[in-house]
Amino acid sequence: MKIEGEQGKSKKYGMVIDLDKCTGCGACMVACMAENNVPFKQDESDKRLSITWMRVYQLTNGKAFPDADICYLPRPCQHCEGMHEGHSPCVSVCPATATDYDAQTGIVSQIYTRCFGCRYCMAACPYHARHFNWWDPVWPEGMEKYLNPDVSVRMRGIVEKCGFCFSRYQKAMEKAHYEGRRELEELEYQTACTQACPAGAIVFGDLNNPQHRVHQLAQPDPRRRGRPGNPKAFRLLEELQTYPKVYYLSSREWVHKAGHKAELIKEAGAHH
Amino acid sequence: MSTADDASKHAPGTGAADDRADGAGGAIIFAFVIGLAASLIVGWVVFPKLLYSQKRQPIDFNHALHLGLEDQNCESCHFFREDGSFSGAPALAQCIGCHAEVQGDSPDEIRFVEEYVQKGREVPWLIYSRQPQCVYFSHVAHVRAGGMDCVSCHGHIGESERLPVYEENRISGYSRNLWGHNIAGFKKDSWDRMKMDDCAECHAREGVTQASVQTTKEGCFVCHK
Ligand code: HEC
Ligand code: HEC
Ligand code: HEC
Ligand code: HEC
Ligand code: HEC
Repeated sequence: MKIEGEQGKSKKYGMVIDLDKCTGCGACMVACMAENNVPFKQDESDKRLSITWMRVYQLTNGKAFPDADICYLPRPCQHCEGMHEGHSPCVSVCPATATDYDAQTGIVSQIYTRCFGCRYCMAACPYHARHFNWWDPVWPEGMEKYLNPDVSVRMRGIVEKCGFCFSRYQKAMEKAHYEGRRELEELEYQTACTQACPAGAIVFGDLNNPQHRVHQLAQPDPRRRGRPGNPKAFRLLEELQTYPKVYYLSSREWVHKAGHKAELIKEAGAHH
Repeated sequence: MSTADDASKHAPGTGAADDRADGAGGAIIFAFVIGLAASLIVGWVVFPKLLYSQKRQPIDFNHALHLGLEDQNCESCHFFREDGSFSGAPALAQCIGCHAEVQGDSPDEIRFVEEYVQKGREVPWLIYSRQPQCVYFSHVAHVRAGGMDCVSCHGHIGESERLPVYEENRISGYSRNLWGHNIAGFKKDSWDRMKMDDCAECHAREGVTQASVQTTKEGCFVCHK
């Protein structure tokens, strides 16, 4: 569809997560829940029912000592660009226009008041990045006072997901307007998980902007739908052609493999 | 259809019955007109009265009086902070400089000073333009970047001597200013209504980026949070 030159000043916000740096501490998950008013239950042991916009998975290479190795993989919404620009798996199935792709920022939005909970998007999302509210949120006594006023709370019966802390973009734009600017600096808009990561494993910014670290780390190739130019970088399930905007870095071969469906890798390899 | 056909089969020869039917027809039309008029009155007059409850502001604030004072303008009370956020309805801090003690003999001022200033309580102002919680609105984008004036969205509240009655939708809890005072949703002035389409219509006209892939209009996250 659009080639890079034509996009003008439109942004493509994305993330690069260095899996060799991630220690699996979970600070990103906590920061995300606090920032985005993500509800939780007293018993969170059934992970199929819990809501985790940002979730850290543990991967193992399945080998015995001394070759055993593990890797922690934080998974926010991948903000897929999809086959044609913006036809990400979830957006193309939503019957209500509750989820949408903004070509200005590259962010997949979710409007909670519009969603009626059919959950097609959850079935379509290959990354399990979407979550259903089976119950109305109940906050422990007094905790309502700590909710973030810039993020609306959700109700029972609707789907929610990571929106790259979009309210922080809105805040940053307000400051920019106040100062008579229309462009944001790289560090003015950062997600909560990025800022919470003690290892500095998560980097966030505009993939279209060569000045931004995400661009330099991932080196996205616009002619190949943003495929990473950096050999250390890969995207999850690249072969599904969802074209995510979250890149992972690792120097370990088995971690790269774990990010793909093994059979399809060979095919893709033969192709190029 | 079929009932009409059935009726016409039995019709020949029953002239008397036809006459009676005509008389009844007049009564039916009369009853229909009365019924229609009654429903219209209920729908257009009674229903809006039932739908909205009327509330008075805790204190009646006089904009005209205050703006007539020296060095007072909109920014004295409604100002932007350095991070671009908008102060909105003023806090006590904006009033205390002049109202630490009662100055005149207006009952509103006396109540204001005794119940709020002296007790250090903020006034729970009712916000006419309050949008639902899921809506994100930015004053700085419109007033600073867009160069718009307050009147185009709020009307003439800023020059008024009394605050209008606040009307609350009993079902949704939203202020009536969103839907507008005309129950049919007609609007004459740009500030008469502030529904999603009113924002979107102006944005389309003013060329605010239309970048939604689904609707080819504006991205939802421009105005939602
Ligand atoms: C001395 C302080 C003060 C000054 C100066 C002032 N206002 Fe106000 N304004 C208030 C107070 C108090 C309210 C009541 C809060 C409310 O109704 O929400 C209010 C409410 C409003 C509202 C209604 C907001 C809503 O939706 O509820 C508008 C609009 C407004 N002012 C515009 C203006 C404009 C325009 C000016 C300058 C011409 C101005 N004000 C100057 C104190 C002030
Ligand atoms: C610059 C000084 C100044 C500031 C600031 C100010 N006022 Fe006043 N206010 C006055 C004066 C002067 C009067 C007229 C007193 C009189 O003679 O009755 C007045 C009158 C009033 C009255 C009575 C209105 C009437 O119809 O007579 C109210 C209520 C009031 N103020 C509320 C407020 C509130 C609320 C604020 C803060 C948002 C505020 N004022 C800020 C100077 C001020
Ligand atoms: C483009 C339309 C628009 C313009 C222009 C505009 N406003 Fe507003 N204003 C709104 C909307 C919409 C809200 C409700 C915001 C919300 O609920 O989040 C609002 C809210 C307010 C409030 C109450 C906010 C609060 O949270 O306490 C005040 C006071 C106000 N406006 C004053 C002003 C003044 C003064 C100006 C001119 C400098 C102005 N507005 C210009 C649309 C506008
Ligand atoms: C009368 C016209 C008008 C109305 C009504 C209006 N807007 Fe706007 N809005 C604009 C214009 C013009 C801009 C672009 C300002 C600029 O950046 O120069 C804008 C910008 C914005 C922005 C900032 C976008 C950005 O890139 O930072 C938001 C958010 C917004 N409008 C929300 C709303 C909402 C919500 C409403 C309805 C409650 C609304 N607007 C009603 C004219 C309007
Ligand atoms: C130009 C600003 C603007 C844009 C763009 C926008 N909205 Fe809205 N939306 C509003 C405002 C203002 C309201 C509240 C007033 C109303 O109900 O009309 C609203 C209300 C809603 C509501 C009803 C919420 C409630 O609690 O009543 C839904 C659902 C909704 N919007 C969905 C969407 C979706 C989906 C999109 C993207 C396709 C979108 N909106 C884009 C401004 C906007």
